[in-house]
Amino acid sequence: MLLLKQTMTRLTDVFRDVFDDDSLNITPNTTADDIEDWDSIEHITLIGAVEEEFGMKFKMGEVSGMNNVGDMLKIVMERGK
Amino acid sequence: MKELEYPFDSKFIMKKKKSLKRRLEEECAPVMKKRIAVLGGSTTADIVTVLGLFLRNYGIEAEFYECEYNQYRQEALFPSQELLDFKPELVYLHTSLRNLTFRPAPSMSAQEISEGLETEIAGYVQMWDSLKANFGCPVIQNNFELPSIRLLGNSSGSDPRGLVNYVGRLDLRLAEEINARSGVYLCDINYLSAVCGLDEWSDPQYWYLYKYSLNTGFIPDLCFEVAKIIKAVCGRNKKVLALDLDNTLWGGIVGDDGAENLTIGQETAEAMAYYQWQEYVKSLKDIGVLLTVCSKNEEENALAGLEHPEGALKPADFTLIKANWEPKSENLINTAKELDLLPEAMVLADDNPAEREIVRGSGFAAPDMDNVGDYIRVIDRSGYFETVSLSADDLKRNEMYAENVKRKQAQASFADYNDYLLSLEMKGEIKPFVPMYVQRLAQLAGKSNQFNLTTRRFTVTEMEERMNSSGYITLYGKLEDKFGDNGVVSEVIGRIEGSVLHMELWLMSCRVLKRGMEYAMLDELVKNAANAGITEIVGYYYPTAKNKMVAQFYGELGFDKQSENENGDTVWKLALCDYKENRNKAIKVNSEG
Repeated sequence: MLLLKQTMTRLTDVFRDVFDDDSLNITPNTTADDIEDWDSIEHITLIGAVEEEFGMKFKMGEVSGMNNVGDMLKIVMERGK
Repeated sequence: MKELEYPFDSKFIMKKKKSLKRRLEEECAPVMKKRIAVLGGSTTADIVTVLGLFLRNYGIEAEFYECEYNQYRQEALFPSQELLDFKPELVYLHTSLRNLTFRPAPSMSAQEISEGLETEIAGYVQMWDSLKANFGCPVIQNNFELPSIRLLGNSSGSDPRGLVNYVGRLDLRLAEEINARSGVYLCDINYLSAVCGLDEWSDPQYWYLYKYSLNTGFIPDLCFEVAKIIKAVCGRNKKVLALDLDNTLWGGIVGDDGAENLTIGQETAEAMAYYQWQEYVKSLKDIGVLLTVCSKNEEENALAGLEHPEGALKPADFTLIKANWEPKSENLINTAKELDLLPEAMVLADDNPAEREIVRGSGFAAPDMDNVGDYIRVIDRSGYFETVSLSADDLKRNEMYAENVKRKQAQASFADYNDYLLSLEMKGEIKPFVPMYVQRLAQLAGKSNQFNLTTRRFTVTEMEERMNSSGYITLYGKLEDKFGDNGVVSEVIGRIEGSVLHMELWLMSCRVLKRGMEYAMLDELVKNAANAGITEIVGYYYPTAKNKMVAQFYGELGFDKQSENENGDTVWKLALCDYKENRNKAIKVNSEG
C-alpha cells in the first residue's frame, strides 16, 4: 500500500505533465469538469500515464467507473508500485 | 528534437504530447505544409496528434482531416463534401485486423476462403482507385497485424482456415496490389506489431474501452512509421551516411593500435558485430545511400584501416573520405558542398557522444550509437533512408556521384571552362514527358529545392495529366557524358494560354550544375513552343529559403523582368522572335546513336 501524501504528489506530477500545466493542483474531489482539457481523449492519455508512473494497470471496469481523482487515488494506492 | 528521434520513449511522448507540441512550435520552423486526411477504421484522435509531432520534427506542418469514427470506406469511396473541400495532399488509411469484412471459419472450404480473401482485397483496391480519381494524391495503407488469439493453435499458421494463415496470405496479396500501382505505400503494421510485441499491441482492452485498434502506448511507434513514409514521399530523406572510423566502423584506434590489431572480422564476438555492421553499411549503397568517411585521423591510417582484409567495406565504397583533424561539422559541411547536397541531407554515425553533440548543434542528424551490437538497428529503424520507390536512378546514384568526383578532378586540369565542357563529350536527350519517366519526374519535382524556380510539387497523376494534355508543353532532360549517365536531371512544364506559354515548373538537379544543361533545355523549349504557335514565354520565380541560386536565372537566359512583388516573386518574359541563336554549345542534343 502506497502512502497517501507521496502518491498524491506523484499523481499531481502526472496530471501536470499530461495537461501541460505546472501550476495545476488536484484534490480527491477533482473531476473532469474541473480541468478544462480533461475530455474523453485526454482521459485515455491520463490513464496510460498513471499506469506508466505506478507500474500497474487499471481493470476495464475501473477505467469506466472512476468518478473523481479520489477513486483513482484509491486504486493506485492499493495496486501501484 | 531528441525526444522524437529513434529510439524514443513512447510512453513519454504520449504523456507529454502537449508540451512537445508547444516546444516544437517554438523551436522548429516548418519548411513545408501538407494537408493529410486520416481515414480510420478505429479511433484516430491521438494518432493524428502524435503524427503531427513527428511530422513537425521532419519540418512538415500538417493540417489534418479526420473522418468520423470507422467511416474510412465511405469516405474513400464516396468522399464527403468536407473531405472534397479539404483537398488532401495525402491520405492515410488506418485499418487493422478489426476491419476485416471476412474471416475464415473451420466449416469453410478452401475455395470459399480464397474468394473471401479476393473480395477483401478488391475492397481496398477500390478505395485506392477512388482516392486517386478524386484527389490524385499518395495513399498510405496499413496491412494487417497477426491475431494474438489462435483458435486452431499452431495449425492456425498452416491450415487455410486458420486466421494466422489467412492474414499471412492477405498481407501478401495486399503487397502485390500495392506494388502493381504507383502512389500507394505500405505501412507495415504486421512487422511493427511483431517488433512491439503482439500481445501488448493487440491488448483488446483498448478496443473495448476506446475503440483503438492498438494499445495506445504504441501510437508513437505507429506514427513514427507513417511519418517516415510521408517525409520520404515529400523528398525529405537523408542521402549521405558519414561514418566515423575508430570504434564506429571497427574496434580500436587505427593510429595507435595499427591496422593489423583492429577488432573486425570473424574471430571474436565484437569483431563479428563490427563486420556485420560494415556489411549493413555496404548494403545501404544498394538503395542509393552515399557513404563518406568523417574521421579525426591521418588519411594514411584511415585508408589502412579500410583496407583491412577482414573488413566488408573498402575505400572504394566511399564517395568521399575526409580523414583529418578539422572539426567534424566543418568536414560535414564541406562534404555536402562537394557533393552538391544540402547539409540537412547528411547523417553522422559516430560512437563519440561529444562529437555527436557538436554536429547536432550545427543541425546534422547524429543518432546515439553506444554499443556496436545496436548500431545496425539504430540506423535501420531511424528510417533516415526510408525507401518508398526504388528507381533505377536510386540504384545508380553511387556511381553517378563517384563520376562527379572524377569530373571535378578533370575540371581542375583545364584552363578554359568551355574546353572542359567540350571534353566531357556530353549528350542530352530532351523530349516531351513519356510514361516511363513520370515516376522519376514526380520524384525529382518532389525533392528538388535549389535549382527550382517555382518549387511546385506534382503528384504522379498531375504529371500524367500534363503529359497527356495538349494544353501543356513538357520536357524532360537526360544528360550523359564520357564519365557516365546522369539520368533524368531536368524538367520543365509550361501551360499554354493562347499564344503565351506560362512556366509552371523549371528545375534541374544540382548534380549537373554549370554544365550548360539549362541552355539546352531552353533551346528545346523554344523550339517546341514555336512549333505549337507560341510567341512568348513567361517565366516565374518564387523565392524560398533554398532557391536563391536561380533568382536571376531567367535574366541570365535573356528574359526581361516584368514585375516584382513584395514577396520577391518575379515575372519574366521572352519574345520568341528575339531568340535567334541556340544558347547551348557544349551538349549534343537528341542525336542519333
